[in-house]
Amino acid sequence: MNAFERARDDARMLVLEARKGRLHDRTVGDLPELLAPGDLLVLNDAATLPASLSGVTGSGEAVELRLAGPPQGERWPAVLFGAGDWRTRTEDRAAPPVVAPGERIHFGELTADVVAVALLSPRLVEVRFDRAGEALWSALYAIGRPVQYAYHEQDLALWTVQTAYAGRPWAVEMPSAGRPLGWRVLGALRRRGVELAWLTHAAGLSSTGDPVLDAALPLPEQYDIPERTVQAVTRARNEGRRVLAVGTTVVRALEGAARQPGGLRAGAGTTALVITEHMRPRVIDGLVTGIHAPGESHYRLLGAFAPAATLAAAARHAARRGYRPHELGDLALIVPALAVDAGLRPSARLPALDHASPA
Amino acid sequence: MNLRDTASLVTGASRGLGRALAEILAAAGSRVVMVARERQPLEEAAAAIRAAGGIAHALVADVGDIHSVHPIAAQAAALVGPIDILVNNASTLGPTPLRLLLDTECEDLTRVLEVNLVGPFRLTKVVAGSMALRGRGLVVNISSDASVEAYPTWGAYSISKAALDHLTRIWAVELAEAGVRFLSIDPGEMNTRMHADALPEADPATLADPAEVAARIAAMMATPALASGARLQAVSP
Repeated sequence: MNAFERARDDARMLVLEARKGRLHDRTVGDLPELLAPGDLLVLNDAATLPASLSGVTGSGEAVELRLAGPPQGERWPAVLFGAGDWRTRTEDRAAPPVVAPGERIHFGELTADVVAVALLSPRLVEVRFDRAGEALWSALYAIGRPVQYAYHEQDLALWTVQTAYAGRPWAVEMPSAGRPLGWRVLGALRRRGVELAWLTHAAGLSSTGDPVLDAALPLPEQYDIPERTVQAVTRARNEGRRVLAVGTTVVRALEGAARQPGGLRAGAGTTALVITEHMRPRVIDGLVTGIHAPGESHYRLLGAFAPAATLAAAARHAARRGYRPHELGDLALIVPALAVDAGLRPSARLPALDHASPA
Repeated sequence: MNLRDTASLVTGASRGLGRALAEILAAAGSRVVMVARERQPLEEAAAAIRAAGGIAHALVADVGDIHSVHPIAAQAAALVGPIDILVNNASTLGPTPLRLLLDTECEDLTRVLEVNLVGPFRLTKVVAGSMALRGRGLVVNISSDASVEAYPTWGAYSISKAALDHLTRIWAVELAEAGVRFLSIDPGEMNTRMHADALPEADPATLADPAEVAARIAAMMATPALASGARLQAVSP
């Protein structure tokens, strides 16, 4: 089997029943029978940018610029790395030269000017490129490469880090929980009566190797929620149907948007919400996610959906059974209960949602 | 499909039918991304649309290059939003003068298939996935009567168009539930550079104006009653 084959119905999926603490070894192909008619599954349709750009500063020092998200106007957020590339572990990468606003970075014919440096870290910057529109996109796709890490064994092709439904290139790292979901499974879900909805969320960088920056991850991320999805979520909540997220980015987008003044609304926004075990979900009942280990930022998010003991048992189980972590790996499904056992009602903790009401 | 306020992606858009289709779509209110290999005619074509008040972007790329597919789809979505209409128009005859199959190099057949069949397959895969999630979209594959008639020396091109026609039918069946429609449209013989390359002795006066053909194709695209998977002919009534 091609390890990079995207739609893999036989990819393993560890199922966690949050209420009963039960674990099940299943596959992605089982997802339609594990969910119930009436469940709403929300996906992140962001395509993954080739966000890694190799360049040199005006003084000739080698740098790697990793875009941290889509631009706000002409300003692109980014994180600077020193000389080297993904083959070196992130935490072992050389520090980049300190740059100041006005510094110019050269990526072959493409140049970028540093327009801001964050107080948090001199590695977190905003840049403006020397072109815009189709000229800029064309250059980014010619020069950039997908962000990847030292646990990969070879260069990742751009097509390897896309979901089967990707649209606008907003993600700098792949919204990977959706990667194994192919159209056989998505079609089967629809035929089962599972409703599919989508939003676009700018999945950001997962690691910088800098302790200060890593402690601040995830950085604020942009999202765009269609009116149709808001209506679907509202209907589901009001009718007592479950809302399930494919990926932590969907959780962040919907829970972040639900906490805006006025509640969940359609449109674009930015969320700085950091989801931990202390967050009480307002919208999401469960999620499909990757295999995460204690200590990872994503692991803390899972604490909002399952007890710590269940998550710990799941992590041990996944390690023993060889579930593969990282973005090209296996999946986990966290639900309050399996559809066959549940009364198909969401958790009693979650009120019905009126998206016009205050958060 | 109401073409107004849609996002369109047209390949082979620097001249001929592709350019004419882009112009018609833009005039109807669609935001258009135009793809072709040659920068100058492509940028001129896009500039002309913008000068006429339309929204058009030029994207220089080779649809036959596997490494270009995701960049094309993503850049297009970045420029005009998630794609609602994909027109797979870019195609190659292969080496000209056209030649008998026995005189066709295997590599030349492969190249023709890469551009005319596999390229549209790859690009459709990426774009139609997004369409299927959103439950809407239209993919138009430009065909040829060479896909149904056995014209000597047209082998490589004919084979690619015949396969593209069948690809249209299977896509249509597979994505019917998802709300994505597919049409295969034979534009007939037009006064284009491609036609002149294939049949240099043809009298241009006997050939259709690509702009008129594009108008008929656009009308088909805007007609939801046309069955998905249908093979249509955009001939003058």
